[in-house]
Amino acid sequence: MGALGFWVLAFVAVVASVLVVGQRNPMYSVLLLIASFGALSGLYILLDAPFVAAIQIIIYAGAIMVLFLFVVMLLNVPTEDPVKGYHARIIGGAGPRHFGAVLAAVLAVELAVALFKLQSEPFPAATAGASSVYAIGVTLFRDYAFAFEATSVLILVAMVGAVILARKESSHETGTETKAEIESARTRES
Amino acid sequence: MDRIFIAHLVVIGFTFFMLLNSAAVLVYMERKVAGHLQQRYGPYLVGPHGVLQPIADIVKLMFKEELRPKGADTLLFYAAPILSATAAFAAFSVVPFGADTTFFGLLAKPIGLQVTDVNVAMLVIFAITSMGVYGIVLAGWSSNSKYSLLGGLRASAQMISYELSYGLALASVVMLAGSLSLHTIVNEQAGYWFGVIPKWYLFIQPLGFLIFLTAGVAETNRAPFDFPEAEQELVAGYHTEYSSMSFALFFLAEYVNMATVSAVATDLYLGGWQGPFLPAWLGWLWFLAKVFGLLFFYIWMRWTLPRYRYDQLMEFGWKWLLPAAAINLLVTAAVVLKFGW
Repeated sequence: MGALGFWVLAFVAVVASVLVVGQRNPMYSVLLLIASFGALSGLYILLDAPFVAAIQIIIYAGAIMVLFLFVVMLLNVPTEDPVKGYHARIIGGAGPRHFGAVLAAVLAVELAVALFKLQSEPFPAATAGASSVYAIGVTLFRDYAFAFEATSVLILVAMVGAVILARKESSHETGTETKAEIESARTRES
Repeated sequence: MDRIFIAHLVVIGFTFFMLLNSAAVLVYMERKVAGHLQQRYGPYLVGPHGVLQPIADIVKLMFKEELRPKGADTLLFYAAPILSATAAFAAFSVVPFGADTTFFGLLAKPIGLQVTDVNVAMLVIFAITSMGVYGIVLAGWSSNSKYSLLGGLRASAQMISYELSYGLALASVVMLAGSLSLHTIVNEQAGYWFGVIPKWYLFIQPLGFLIFLTAGVAETNRAPFDFPEAEQELVAGYHTEYSSMSFALFFLAEYVNMATVSAVATDLYLGGWQGPFLPAWLGWLWFLAKVFGLLFFYIWMRWTLPRYRYDQLMEFGWKWLLPAAAINLLVTAAVVLKFGW
C-alpha cells in the first residue's frame, strides 16, 4: 500500500512538474504546478508527516499559487509562442538555449553524484514523535528560534523592497495601504 | 468484514447524504426566509408550503441544456464546478458531529461520529477550503467572458484577504484547547462555569467568534460580501456562463460550504454536540440545532444587509479585521502563557 502510494504520487509529481515546463498556456502551467504540490503533500502524508503535508497545501497551493493565478489572469497571456527563428532543436538553438543546456547537464551530474553518495549510507531513522505538532513547535521556536526569526525578517525585507519597487512615486495613499499589508503578511509568516 | 469497518462506511455515507440534503434544505430555507423577510410567502405551490420546491428545482436544472460559450477552455470550463463541489464536500470530512458511540453496543469499541479524525484536522479544513477558490477562479477564467473573469479575480483577492483573519481566529482557539483536532477541541468545552454558563469558547473568545463568522461569510461569498457574483455589476459573476447541472454544482458547493463553516464554528466556539437536557448519544441533535441557528443567521444577514463596496471590503479586511484578529491572538497567547489555561 505504502509503496504503491509512493510510486503513484511520485509519478504524478514528476510528470506534472515536467509538464509545467512543457506547457504553452501559462494557466495550465500554474495548475500543473498545483497538482505537483498536491502529490508532494501526499508523499509527506506517506512519510507520516501530516502537519507538513497540510502546511504544504495551505502555503504553496492555497496562497502562493492563487497569487500566481491572479497575475496570469490579470496579464491574460493566452499562449507563450516561441520567438521567430527560434528553432525547436535541443542542440544548436539560440544562445539562451545553449546556456540552459549546460546548466541542465551540470544539474544532472550533480544529482547523479548526490544520489550515488546517498546510496552507500542508510537513511537516518525518523525520531519518534517528530511528526507531532508539539515536536515541530519546540524545534522551530526553541532550538532554531534565531534562524526562524532571522528568516522572517529576511522575508519582511524582501517584501518592503518589493513594495518600494512597485510603488508609484506620486501617490501617497498607496504608502499607507501597503503598510497594513506588510503587517498582515508578517503576522502570517511568523 | 468486521463491524467497525461497516460502521465507518455507514458514517461516511450518512455524512455525504446529509451534506447533499443540507443543500436542498438550505435552498428551501433561503427562499422561505427571504420571502417572509420581504413580507411574501416564498415558494408555496410544490407540496405543502412548497417543501418539494428544491426537488422541482433540481429536476428542472437536470433537463436544461448544457451551454458552453464559444472560445471557452473546454477542459477547465467543465472541471471548475466539479473542483468547487469536491473541495466543499472534502472539507467536511474531518468535522465531528457527535460524541463517540458504539451504536447501542453493536461495536466493541466506540467510534467517533465523523469521517476521519486526524490530529491536524484544523489545518486540513483550512487547506481544503483554500483549494475551493480554484473552482471559482478557473470558472471565471475559462468562461472567456469579462463578467466571469472579473468575478473570478474578485473571488481570489477576497479569499486571500480574509483567509488570514480566518486562520488567526482559528489559531486562538487552537491555543486554548492545546490541540488541532476538532474532536479534542469539542471535548475541552464540556462542563459549566458556576454550574450555569457552558464552557464554550464563545464566552472566552467573543471577538474571535465574530472574526471567524465575518471571515466565514467572505470565504463563502455570501452577502454582504458576495462580490464574485454581484448581480447588479457582474450579471452573475463567475457562474454567468454556466447552465444546467454545472450551475447546480456551484450552488451545491456554496451551500455545502456554508454548512461546513457553520459546523466548524459550532465545533470551535459553541461546544459542538455538548448541551444540557439531552443524553450524550443524542448530542448530534444539539449539533444540528446549533448549525441550523448559524445557517439561519447567515440567510437572515443576506436578506437584511446591502452589499458593501469592493474597496470597503478590502479596507475592512486588511485594516480592521486582520489587526483585530492579530491582537486577539496575542492577548490569548499572553493569557495562556501566564495562567497556563
